[in-house]
Amino acid sequence: MRVALFVTCVNDTLYPRTGQAVVTLLERLGVEVDFPAAQTCCGQPQYNTGYRHESEPLLRHYAEVFAGYDHIVTPSGSCVAMVRDNYPRLGARARAEGRGGALAEAAASVVPRTYELTEFLVDVLGVTDVGAYYPHTVTYHPTCHGLRMLGLGDRPLALLRQVRGLRLVELAGADECCGFGGTFAVKNAAVSAAMGADKARAIDATGADVVCTVDNSCQTHIGGTLSRRGSAVRPVHLAEILASTEGRVL
Amino acid sequence: MTRIHLGMPAPPGAAPAFPDAAEHSTRDTTLRNNLRHATHTIRAKRAAAVAELADWGELRAAGAAIKDHTLRHLDHYLEQVEAAVTAAGGQVHWAVDAAEANAIVTRLVRETGEREVVKVKSMATQEIGLNEALAAAGITAYETDLAELIVQLGQDLPSHILVPAIHRNRAEIRDIFRTQMSRWGRPAPAGLTDEPAELAEAARLHLREKFLSAKVAVSGANFVVAETGTLVVVESEGNGRMCLTLPETLISVVGIEKVIPSWRDLEVFLQLLPRSSTAERMNPYTSMWTGVTDDDGPAAFHLVLLDNGRTDALADQVGRQALRCIRCSACLNVCPVYERAGGHAYGSAYPGPIGAILTPQLRGTVSALDASLPYASSLCGACYEVCPVAIDIPEVLVRLRERVVEGGPVTVRGTRAVIRPARGHAAERAAMRAARWAFEHPRALRAGQRLASRTRALHPRRLPGPGRAWTRSRDLPEVPAESFRDWWQRTRGDRGTA
Repeated sequence: MRVALFVTCVNDTLYPRTGQAVVTLLERLGVEVDFPAAQTCCGQPQYNTGYRHESEPLLRHYAEVFAGYDHIVTPSGSCVAMVRDNYPRLGARARAEGRGGALAEAAASVVPRTYELTEFLVDVLGVTDVGAYYPHTVTYHPTCHGLRMLGLGDRPLALLRQVRGLRLVELAGADECCGFGGTFAVKNAAVSAAMGADKARAIDATGADVVCTVDNSCQTHIGGTLSRRGSAVRPVHLAEILASTEGRVL
Repeated sequence: MTRIHLGMPAPPGAAPAFPDAAEHSTRDTTLRNNLRHATHTIRAKRAAAVAELADWGELRAAGAAIKDHTLRHLDHYLEQVEAAVTAAGGQVHWAVDAAEANAIVTRLVRETGEREVVKVKSMATQEIGLNEALAAAGITAYETDLAELIVQLGQDLPSHILVPAIHRNRAEIRDIFRTQMSRWGRPAPAGLTDEPAELAEAARLHLREKFLSAKVAVSGANFVVAETGTLVVVESEGNGRMCLTLPETLISVVGIEKVIPSWRDLEVFLQLLPRSSTAERMNPYTSMWTGVTDDDGPAAFHLVLLDNGRTDALADQVGRQALRCIRCSACLNVCPVYERAGGHAYGSAYPGPIGAILTPQLRGTVSALDASLPYASSLCGACYEVCPVAIDIPEVLVRLRERVVEGGPVTVRGTRAVIRPARGHAAERAAMRAARWAFEHPRALRAGQRLASRTRALHPRRLPGPGRAWTRSRDLPEVPAESFRDWWQRTRGDRGTA
């Protein structure tokens, strides 16, 4: 099987390790990975801040870049939510405004082919034991878009439970937002910081040495808050845990 | 089409924008503790009450469908309400905005010759500022809901739709009762403590005098059943029942979106509302009345149907779903932003997520406060998940953000207009455009990434300008030596780069 990796602009620029981990993991599972180099951003920052018209060219760009792939796999719940929930809305709005159906067709062409990493592993490949080894105490924070927009449910935990050497500890108030929210973190910095501080306290209280998510944009906020508080807990993307093996812990 | 500008800077003395108000309230530790305790308690109870019903998802879909159907044919159902209420001996008044509604109610109270009214808890009358309008006309309105009483005695503002005094703890309530009750009527009993039963008894004694002496009552309504012209008030304390039955004249101010077609439809909402709001299977008091009845209840009944921006909201294909709202406040109780900022930061009768989408639609996005409300959310989606009528609040928030930064067509008092983008977003707009351009040109993106990587030793730990808002409480991530795309290019060559 051959898939396209949509690494996302955040991972590409700030967290290349996460993208590398996805490649390592998928290749270990016998999947051939392509990286269409013209890929950039799904347009979520523009769309969620109110710049709908600025996000439209990025929908078109995404559809062009990933045409011809049956599976587009991405290590970001919120970018998949952008594609799955908001691309069809962009198309419908353009149509309602008398601008034709091209955008809606572009959206419809990518929605069924775009998968969040844990969806691809559990639903398409049908695996939960990916042969990983990770000798750490880990707590899992389900990020909002993965939890509520994609309905990832038990998939990330099912994968984590099969990792050898890993001790999974529960996070109190796990389903509460960490306070990132894209431009919200800057526009409403006081509330965002208060939410982040509560999340960081809950993470510290678990006694874990690693906090794991499926979204590095949320991790940036969580990690930045933990680090400012002097916490020793490290934020690590799920892909990096799943890619780790006995000989090579990332 | 008219071209108007709806993005004015806040005049001196205007309500602060949400982030400024929240900056202040997040530092109030008493408020934070009160809200955290109250919202988490009710949140857990609601989840348990909803989990009892296997068909909750179907009820929720039915509630949304009934509301959507009614809103699509609102003209028809409103005329049906008018005909049915009139036939049952009531009088119907139409109010296009708050000023008109307040003038109608003031006139109706004056015509009775009374100078005092008792009130059933009502969001519509909060929205239009009725108590203040009546006070200006020399008429005193007594709130009879316990929490509204606490707010009124404390010369305070409500901060929650269902629990207006949620920001107060019982010691604060005891102090308010001790010092303020005597100014409005029967004083608090001597030696009042902060025991809930004692506080409730003090309120009961104080309010009973009002119920027994009042000749005029003002209420809202949770629902109006169009087929019979029946109004429905759902409550917990029984104060509503007192107000609706004892006085001689009853005036009900009701938003036009409260109409539902039939009694069959009411059944759906009487399941959705109590479980979502108070986490009860059934609320203690449900009062229903149709016009007037000889020798039973008020002899005169007036229904004031309030628009006040609702028709304008109805004109927006995305925003109109906010009119499904049944004011349960489940969205407030799960909202992480509401929990930290508190209800007052929203600057209207409607706090929390529903307020963030309702207020900018009812009032417009002219003021700095109203233009900031659509941004008072991290888009976490917890509100949508619990909404009993499936209002996709994040979707509407994003739609309203678009109205703020891009402008575009809107309906203002029934007239189509085009609004210009709000001021104060020029730098952000330029940044969004620049980012979009770079994202359309992968080579430009790559050049930017390489520049960031090469200069990473020089990156400051604290950012200037808007970035300061980030680094004040959070460290920055370290920029890696090599982007993913450069790593791929270096290790894999051109594979998959077609």
